[in-house]
Amino acid sequence: MTFKALTLGVAAAALMAGGALADGHAGGAKIGMITTLSGGGAGLGIDVRDGFMLAVEQSGRTDIEVLIEDDQRKPDIAVQLADKMIQAENVDIMTGIIWSNLAMAVVPSTTAQGKFYLSPNAGPSALAGKGCHQNYFNVAWQNDNLHEAAGAHANGAGYGNTFILAPNYPAGKDALTGYKRMYEGELAGEIYTKLGQTDYAAEIAQIRASGADSVFFFLPGGMGISFLKQYAASGVDLPVVGPAFSFDQGILQAVGDAALGVVNTSQWNKDLPGEANAAFVQTFEAKYGRLPSLYASQGFDTANLILSALDKAPVSDQDAFREALRAAEFTSVRGEFKFGANHHPIQDIYAREVVQEGDVFTNKLLGVALEDHADAYAGDCKM
Amino acid sequence: MSAILIAEQVLNGLQFGVMLFLMAAGLTLIFGVMGLINLAHGSLYMVGAFAAAAVAGATGSFVLGLGAALAAAAAAGVLIEMLVIRRLYRAAHLDQVLATFALILIFSEGTRWVFGSFPLYLDIPAALSGPVSLPGGILYPAYRLALIAAGLAVAAGLWWLTARTRVGIQIRAGADDREMIAALGVDIRRLYTLVFALGAALAGLAGALVGAIQSVQVGMGEPVLILAFVVIVIGGIGSIKGAFIGALLVGLTDTLGGIFLPELFKLFMAPDTATQAGSALASMAIYILMSAVLIWRPTGLYGARPA
Repeated sequence: MTFKALTLGVAAAALMAGGALADGHAGGAKIGMITTLSGGGAGLGIDVRDGFMLAVEQSGRTDIEVLIEDDQRKPDIAVQLADKMIQAENVDIMTGIIWSNLAMAVVPSTTAQGKFYLSPNAGPSALAGKGCHQNYFNVAWQNDNLHEAAGAHANGAGYGNTFILAPNYPAGKDALTGYKRMYEGELAGEIYTKLGQTDYAAEIAQIRASGADSVFFFLPGGMGISFLKQYAASGVDLPVVGPAFSFDQGILQAVGDAALGVVNTSQWNKDLPGEANAAFVQTFEAKYGRLPSLYASQGFDTANLILSALDKAPVSDQDAFREALRAAEFTSVRGEFKFGANHHPIQDIYAREVVQEGDVFTNKLLGVALEDHADAYAGDCKM
Repeated sequence: MSAILIAEQVLNGLQFGVMLFLMAAGLTLIFGVMGLINLAHGSLYMVGAFAAAAVAGATGSFVLGLGAALAAAAAAGVLIEMLVIRRLYRAAHLDQVLATFALILIFSEGTRWVFGSFPLYLDIPAALSGPVSLPGGILYPAYRLALIAAGLAVAAGLWWLTARTRVGIQIRAGADDREMIAALGVDIRRLYTLVFALGAALAGLAGALVGAIQSVQVGMGEPVLILAFVVIVIGGIGSIKGAFIGALLVGLTDTLGGIFLPELFKLFMAPDTATQAGSALASMAIYILMSAVLIWRPTGLYGARPA
């Protein structure tokens, strides 16, 4: 027996084992979750994971296996993990990625290998338009959406001369594009800051000198904390509007008073009406000892969408499973939820305000900023 | 662009510079005296910020928080010097880089283990909140003025320590010739631990002071560490004076570059492209500065000249 024959035999055995495995999770599913669990952006990934696992646990199903890995917010590591999950672990569905640059590195190859990808967060414009794919679903939003809602809110509030800033990277450009798409007034200034910048004294001085009547900013995570604290200390008291990413439950406590009263836009809030949402907020808080953020709600919805589709069709029947996903017949914590033609949500986006409840800083719903809003790229998607 | 805006930006640059100096001073001392590349210096900055946030949160006193930051960072410094760094003085630089990089990972995940993944809250003291009016009608945050004053005070204190005290003479001598100072009967191990603790405490102080206007989170030290390395390369390795001048240069270049380069580009470009091209060039400005200084003076502004 030659070496070649031996390897062939091993390969065949592996194939058979793989086949048996696929049959083994016919009714259930093997889900690969790659998300950010360490480093500066870990809070977001942890919230997505906790929301997702809460839904899986509540379903009571034992035939769903979730493999969770940490991408450390690095695209190369995300790609390695995705290869391992798809080729060695033979997962059916992938999910979990937070950051758009990581999503761009992982999602196209995942869908090209015949797997489903459900994004619980990142929604880069490239994947919503020309790069859309029948096996790619975004359960959160297209990147521009919350910024568009901020622009619409600015019109409603009568702002006519906004100073806008965002980090100099793809999602930052999507943000300013999104705001400008809806906003009808003049721009007092437009700045791209460095990604990861922590000192905004220079930008705040420019805002002060610009004669603006309002400020729009997209600075997710720690960048937003720094900006808001420094903005509050600077004595510039122009009204601020921004997307929920700088005002989510995970960072509000670190910002403190500086965020009070700021209007921000989100597709979800903890006081949205509906039993499903109330139950989600209550069980999440009971299990993890903290209030859920919008990221947690997105993880929760993603898992419930998968569960609803699994109830209708097995993953192995790809066409039926895809139809079941597209139908999105699950109770979203956001209330109404449906997919557009490019598999991105069409949904209401709300304005909310930062308030203090006892010792805890949180968001209160103000009203709808954009109703039944779809993204601007759907037309470019030829699926 | 008004004179007020320019003056405010110069103050911002100064403030950024003196905070960088606190980081760079420790780094350059440790490198100069012990010949050690300490990548974990940023972790000590983080330790200071977390200690300040925890203690200020529990007691409500910012001053106690600062004390805790100094103590915790110095203690962490002594601990890692005695457990890890001491074994590395004779090792190659690559070994030092690997070991201190491992320390970064240990500190980051250890901090996450103790404090969780979400940023902590640390606010500026009430007495220094809000802006003050400076002559000429400049409205400037009081806390940032306090930072400039604190940074300059520490710089003066360090100058006094190195130039006027016995320990300072030993530190300078250690930077010049390690074997000779050991041969003269100075307890070099104790001196090393002392220098390391001093550098760590300065990093911790910077972390606590800056943490109050930024976010106290895991990984906050690494971006500052990179800038601090740029500072000591510009200033000349081992020189406190060089670190001071280098820190101010980097602070001013970074701040003013970020403002004026996009404006400059707008003179001959469309505003949209000018903003992007200007921002891109501004983020490179300090590295261009570093290259220029190194071409002019290969050992940095105040580095030891090769004989």
